[in-house]
Amino acid sequence: MTDAVSFRGVSRHFGSVRAVDAVDFDIRDGEFFAMLGPSGSGKTTCLRLIAGFEQPTAGHIEIYGTRAEGVPPYRRNVNTVFQNYALFPHMNVRENVAFGLRVKGVGKAERTRAAEEALALVELAGYGDRRAGALSGGQRQRVALARALVNKPKVLLLDEPLGALDLKLREQMQEELRRLQRALGLTFVFVTHDQEEALSMADRVAVFADGKMQQVGTPEEIYRRPSSRFVADFVGSSNVVPADFAGAGQPGEWASLRPEDIRLDADGREATVLTRAYHGRVVKLGLDLGGQALTALVAPGDTLPEPGARTRIAWDAAKVHVMGAGA
Amino acid sequence: MTSPAIFAPRSGVLARAADWAIRHPRMFVFLMVLPIVLWLGIVYIGALIALLMQSFFSIDEFSGVVQHEFTLKTYAELLRPSNFAIIARTVAMAAAVTLASAVLAFPMAYFAARYARGKWKALFYIGVMLPLWSSYLVKVYAWKLVLAKEGILTWIFAQLHLSWLLDAVLAIPVVGGNSLSVSYLGTFIVFVYIWLPYMIIPVQAALERVPAPLLEAASDLGATPKQSFRMVLLPLALPGIVAGSIFTFSLTLGDYIIPQIVGSGRLFIGQAVYTQQGTAGNIPLAAAFTVVPIVIMGVYLWGARKMGAFDAL
Amino acid sequence: MHSDTKAPLALKLSAIGGLIFLLAPIALIFLYAFTTEEKSYQFPPPGLTLKWIGVTMGRDDVWQALGLSLKVAAIATVLAMVLGTLTAAAVARSRFFGREAISLLVILPIALPGIITGISLRSAFALLDIPFSTWTIVLGHTTFCIVVVYNNAVARFRRTSGSLIDAAMDLGADGVQTFRLVILPNIGTALMAGGMLAFALSFDEVIVTTFTAGNQSTLPIWMLEELVRPRQRPVTNVVAMAVVLVTVLPILAAYYLTRDGAETAGSEK
Repeated sequence: MTDAVSFRGVSRHFGSVRAVDAVDFDIRDGEFFAMLGPSGSGKTTCLRLIAGFEQPTAGHIEIYGTRAEGVPPYRRNVNTVFQNYALFPHMNVRENVAFGLRVKGVGKAERTRAAEEALALVELAGYGDRRAGALSGGQRQRVALARALVNKPKVLLLDEPLGALDLKLREQMQEELRRLQRALGLTFVFVTHDQEEALSMADRVAVFADGKMQQVGTPEEIYRRPSSRFVADFVGSSNVVPADFAGAGQPGEWASLRPEDIRLDADGREATVLTRAYHGRVVKLGLDLGGQALTALVAPGDTLPEPGARTRIAWDAAKVHVMGAGA
Repeated sequence: MTSPAIFAPRSGVLARAADWAIRHPRMFVFLMVLPIVLWLGIVYIGALIALLMQSFFSIDEFSGVVQHEFTLKTYAELLRPSNFAIIARTVAMAAAVTLASAVLAFPMAYFAARYARGKWKALFYIGVMLPLWSSYLVKVYAWKLVLAKEGILTWIFAQLHLSWLLDAVLAIPVVGGNSLSVSYLGTFIVFVYIWLPYMIIPVQAALERVPAPLLEAASDLGATPKQSFRMVLLPLALPGIVAGSIFTFSLTLGDYIIPQIVGSGRLFIGQAVYTQQGTAGNIPLAAAFTVVPIVIMGVYLWGARKMGAFDAL
Repeated sequence: MHSDTKAPLALKLSAIGGLIFLLAPIALIFLYAFTTEEKSYQFPPPGLTLKWIGVTMGRDDVWQALGLSLKVAAIATVLAMVLGTLTAAAVARSRFFGREAISLLVILPIALPGIITGISLRSAFALLDIPFSTWTIVLGHTTFCIVVVYNNAVARFRRTSGSLIDAAMDLGADGVQTFRLVILPNIGTALMAGGMLAFALSFDEVIVTTFTAGNQSTLPIWMLEELVRPRQRPVTNVVAMAVVLVTVLPILAAYYLTRDGAETAGSEK
């Protein structure tokens, strides 16, 4: 099976700024792919390269096996859900959704039918006559989704689509996006700076920083086996410690130890509690173990040590992930 | 899923041109700005430069023929007492007009930005835009009607039994005169009237951007109304005032019609340029005269840019 | 900045006084158009008459000047709209070398006193042996009209989110379709407003025109001659009133157009 999107040594430089620098990855057909990174990491530029708003300075991009460099956005069978939705303010909801069919010359009756169908798909049946400006944020989001899906694109790009929504709505839309993606069997490419969102929704995640791709893999791979100090820290939080300190790997190498993998254990090593903060489901402890600062997340309980007290901690060697000397 | 990932190019000249434009964004932008560069950059700037070059030529005093040789003689002529007086008079007038406009504009702009709502806001907008866009000549003409010796202003003063006040003002040497319509004071009033909207608009725009809580914060911190005006409002409105002053100053410097119609008959720079290039046929001196406002405005714009006035335009 | 408290009385009075100062002289024009007094600017007018309106309607020189003014304003407006919109699109949508210089260049013809624009164009025409004609007037007018179209268009382009254009192309609209279906409907009212203001500006211009008109008369030139050497004051009064009416209508129209535009643009945020 041909990959949906392939990047081969793709760079996009703006003057001296290397927004995307020699990036390689493949997005498989039908998968939910997340591009994760802080702002300015190059993830959005990668999305815009797939959509065709940007052209690579070097390297090449294939979409379902066809070279895409130099192809303008309107000749790509790829659609985007924009961060601010970018609904046309001078059109109503139905006209917005039918726009893609209209410019491809689809007749009025057919495109109205398709638009209504797409609106029903995002549970907005009957909203066709409203102005885009009269909708709530979540509704605009759905219109933007319907407007893209109505074209039956080979790849759907989503640029931080949930960023502007409040927490409740965001969780609801996350589920809905997953449901739609499975039902339609489309390739979804999703840009986000929210690591939880990326981990919970995607089949595979690519982590970006400074215009380079740091790591690509399933959420579990990324979380359990971060390839670098950056990934370990950005995806969840992590204690990055010398490998031999953690009891694994060779001297000179670094290792990642997740805070939730540290437990209080009467048979463990002695540490000093520096801080203690109650977080509801967990309690966060700041610890000092022989001069090494560590963060631990433990279950709340009556017997937790006070700041200043000494306690004993331990972790399974299997949970320690050695990242190598360069990380 | 049989549809292609990439559609075939569309046919037609326009579609192909659009494809080309997407692929060559730099060339496309270049083509978009090309007409303006040709029109303003070549024709207009070219004409300005040609004019400036003429100021380095001189006129033969006997034959009246322009001599195409580089000389600073024409600039030296500008410093002759009669010519220098014209420049000093114009700059003084421009400064006075700018100051008066700022003082008059501030309360109007402040009221419109802070207190006016709904109908009042619309009334203010139209009240400022109407005189701004009304015919310049008609406005000057209206003031000829207002200021005439037999006109409405004299009548109002008479009705209020204040004729003595008007006579006293007219008796002041230099600024006074036979009637307001043939005095410096009259010229000044008309200048202020004509350019006032150009001051109100940027000042109002600057004040609109001042968040109301800022003034509340100032009074919360113990500033008296006077202090919050001087220390908060004025500094924030200043870019707007500077932006407005670009217009009032520049427009007064270059105007030759107002002093010709309402005034004492003594020349301003604009009139000097007009007579030198017209009846006197001395293009080099006319060109040298135009350099004066260009230099003044150049310095002024440079200073205004430093104060961030362009953002308030 | 807006406050719900009442304005201090002194501020309110000075603001209203300022409005009266701005509007009263224009109102006076309407009164004088009907005065029976022919030789002076006497106030109050000794009597009122409609006679001079008829006289003015019969004057060929007034009609010719009006015709030339309308023609010049129409052509200059169209040219300014094309040039101003193209420039605004380029400046608002992309960053390129010389972008700052171009936005300065556009402002220059109104930032510099009109007399400088006038005399430099005149001497350029003289140097190049271009005879004065309607086209030399148009050239001068377009030069300073570009900026009003540009200012209106650039503000709207900046408010029209750039992602709308991306969205249109993403959905399959090529450059031409994007312009027709998305860009034009969004900037249309701003363009109309800019065009109307450009028209009013050109219709009224006198300073540059005196240098580029030769011996043709636009309506402002006609008025200027009457102001400098009055021949028939009552006719001038009537023409002045007509000019106020002609310029006021496009201004009011432009106001309503941009006001609506601001509202729709605001609701998208």
